[in-house]
Amino acid sequence: MTALELRGVGRQFGALRAVDDVDLTVAAGTRHGLIGPNGAGKSTLFKLIAGTLRVSAGSVLLAGRDVTGLRESQRARLGISQTLQHSSLFLPLSVQQNVLLAAQRRHGNPGSLWPRRQAAARDRMGELLAAVGLSTRRSAPAGDLSHGERRQLEIAVALACEPSLLLLDEPAAGMSPAEGDRLVELVQALPREVTVLIVEHDLDVVFRVAESVTVLHLGQVLLTGSPSQVRESASVREAYLGTADRAELFVQGGPG
Amino acid sequence: MIVDWFDTNLVSILNGFAIGSLLFILAVGLSIVFGMMDVLNLAHGALYLAGAYLGYQFAGDTSSWLGFGTALGAAALVGLLAGGVLSTMTEPLARRPHLDQALLTLGVALVVAELLAISYGNDVLRVNAPPGLNESVQVFGRTYPAYRLALIGVGLMIAIAVYVVVERTTIGALVRASVADRDMVSALGVDNRKVKLAVLGAGSALAAVAGVLGGPIYGAAPGLDETVLILALVVVVIGGLGSIKGAFIGALVIGQVESLGRALVPDLASFMLFGALALVLIVRPRGLFGAKAAG
Amino acid sequence: MSTPADAETVTTRTRPVGAAIGLLVVVGLALVPLFVAPYETTIIGRILIFALLAVSLDLLVGITGLPSLGHAAYFGIGAYTAGWLTINVTAEAPIPLLAAAGAGALAAAATGWLAVRSGGIFFLMLTLAIGELIFQLAQSWESVTGGSNGLYGIPAVQLAGSPLVLAGLRYWYVLAVFLIGYAVLRLVSASPFGAVLRGIRDNEPRMRSLGYSPFRYKLVAFVLAGAVAGLAGGLLTAQQRLVTTADLGFTTAALALLAVVIGGAGTLWGPCLGAALVVLIRDALGPRLDGHGPLVLGLVFILTVYLLPRGFAGLAGLRFRRRPAEPA
Repeated sequence: MTALELRGVGRQFGALRAVDDVDLTVAAGTRHGLIGPNGAGKSTLFKLIAGTLRVSAGSVLLAGRDVTGLRESQRARLGISQTLQHSSLFLPLSVQQNVLLAAQRRHGNPGSLWPRRQAAARDRMGELLAAVGLSTRRSAPAGDLSHGERRQLEIAVALACEPSLLLLDEPAAGMSPAEGDRLVELVQALPREVTVLIVEHDLDVVFRVAESVTVLHLGQVLLTGSPSQVRESASVREAYLGTADRAELFVQGGPG
Repeated sequence: MIVDWFDTNLVSILNGFAIGSLLFILAVGLSIVFGMMDVLNLAHGALYLAGAYLGYQFAGDTSSWLGFGTALGAAALVGLLAGGVLSTMTEPLARRPHLDQALLTLGVALVVAELLAISYGNDVLRVNAPPGLNESVQVFGRTYPAYRLALIGVGLMIAIAVYVVVERTTIGALVRASVADRDMVSALGVDNRKVKLAVLGAGSALAAVAGVLGGPIYGAAPGLDETVLILALVVVVIGGLGSIKGAFIGALVIGQVESLGRALVPDLASFMLFGALALVLIVRPRGLFGAKAAG
Repeated sequence: MSTPADAETVTTRTRPVGAAIGLLVVVGLALVPLFVAPYETTIIGRILIFALLAVSLDLLVGITGLPSLGHAAYFGIGAYTAGWLTINVTAEAPIPLLAAAGAGALAAAATGWLAVRSGGIFFLMLTLAIGELIFQLAQSWESVTGGSNGLYGIPAVQLAGSPLVLAGLRYWYVLAVFLIGYAVLRLVSASPFGAVLRGIRDNEPRMRSLGYSPFRYKLVAFVLAGAVAGLAGGLLTAQQRLVTTADLGFTTAALALLAVVIGGAGTLWGPCLGAALVVLIRDALGPRLDGHGPLVLGLVFILTVYLLPRGFAGLAGLRFRRRPAEPA
């Protein structure tokens, strides 16, 4: 059973092939890492999976179903949930309101024009805030949170959608080591019904969490394997060290 | 026969071009200011009205080139100054959402329109076309006001002038770059405020001049400011924000809808403007020539 | 305007106080006809009607983040519908009112599907254009609207067969409907649906990635606001028994937006205060200024934008916390 399958997925921005002919299969229930030097196309690939961007070529299959033509919101309802590299929260709303907005779609009555308690959604919100360690901050506006706290809230919001596929885009960026540890524990503690695809700069975090890793380089898949295979691969090392400078030259200011 | 059809509707078609001409002069400033600065200048219609009353002031009693020319010059000057004032007034709001700037110009529009109504009353005031243009000429066997033909010509000339300035000069390059990416331009060390001042001044001057030019057709009267503002907005939305070509095409289309449309299907005239707007927005949500994201 | 307040973060501490103040205001409003002269009573009635329009607009502006400059169109459509029905069919309450709300909703649905595709200033432009086109329609459709003469000679509303001719009775009728309309919007604002609207206001792309389709919610909000605006229009007909094209024109739309901005967008109660100020300047102060109330209102508008970015509601200090910067 595959949770996610990409077949020949590509995306061009003008002449730049940000993502080029990527094949990727993520088995259901696994934790899959996606790494690569700056500008490898990781974030673009994430957007193509989530539906924020449309593919220029190829197809995206979610649990065997072709979702290439579906909009982002439709894919989200089919079980894709994501955290974004740059926190995307409802800054004026309180922490609990942020999570509740996500939770009420699955556990509440989002279309109700009448005030409702939405007990199930509130319970789930409480659990999630406890899990990410934000219980004491529940009535603070999201805009008042520290950077690390915003990342945690971002994860709670993503989980409140009860995803079958969770996309984490650099979740540990800007976190303290302690917060990073908590993140790793949180992801490890997720039930196996949730498949996780994680993009992360901090390779230590990736290797602790992921069971398999795909290395992306200049928009193409360089290698897919177990963490130890990836760690030992010469071509990966070259991609990171040898050609890193050139790779960054290519994508200055570009998407990716 | 298509020839007969043209013959029957010639006057309407020509009127459509005249209205389109006026609309272009009005809309191009609105479009560029919006495209560049995201400032929706709701006082644009009030500036038109101020121009129309200047037309009445200098060319209301008699038909003379001196009076009409003075009105045009005064309108350009008043427009420039008003643009400067608007630019200065919106500056403190630069860090606030763009909506606040639009609201500010709405307040200015209300004040200006009321001041004009207090000064000139509620009647429709007449603006005379200059001598030689205040009579009718024969066009393909039909009589047609010479002034409107001249207006079509003036509109074309202004369109060409604006096009040349924006597409062929350094200042124009700056304006185009600002429409495309404002932050990049300011990163290059260009003072955004000066560009805004210049564009808002020029756009406002064009609006006031349009008021004088439109005077011999529509006169000067309260309420005219809203009518022309709406038409200009529709033109801008249809043409696409910040696009001169879009403003030109949009003005031509709306000119014909307003004139030919009203002549052919008078009952549906109000729906046709909305219909044109809806059609363009469904097919091309960002307008015919719009590049920037809507909103 | 820039920073609509968020009902949820109005702390629970202030809630009993708010409820007490609200109750006092309602009791005070109910007592008005007993202590106030008929002319002043009529002015307060007008304030209530305009306040209902402003509150319905606040659902769009403050809660959904859709600044509309064409909202008077639905108000006017409601007014004409109620007027036409009262003349030609029945004056029996609440039929003209319900029809007015229905007509407002229908018109909002017919135009909203186009308008809510956009957001921000683009939405402002589109609603302005749509409102003006409806205004032109009202002016040219003389057989129904009376054109520029307006629709006049509208009979008084009847309750159970007896016409409400006395200013006091009419006022109570207006007050009752206002309270119902206000309560409906208050409930919607506090509902899960209202929370979704705030989410769209604050971060629409994120709502999409959470699986919401903003278009649907925005359209429902637009229709709902149109319905309540139509209801307010129906009330206007009942109160002044005359409808003119000015009631759905640009100036009315701009003043409604002004009321929302002055009062404080997103609070619902703030726009009521804003409406009171607008109507007082226009109808009470206006005649003394030779009918040039809009001049004062324009100046008030300008001052508000500079000095009170969050309106009266901001002054009331309900939200003492500084709001985070708007995302660029």
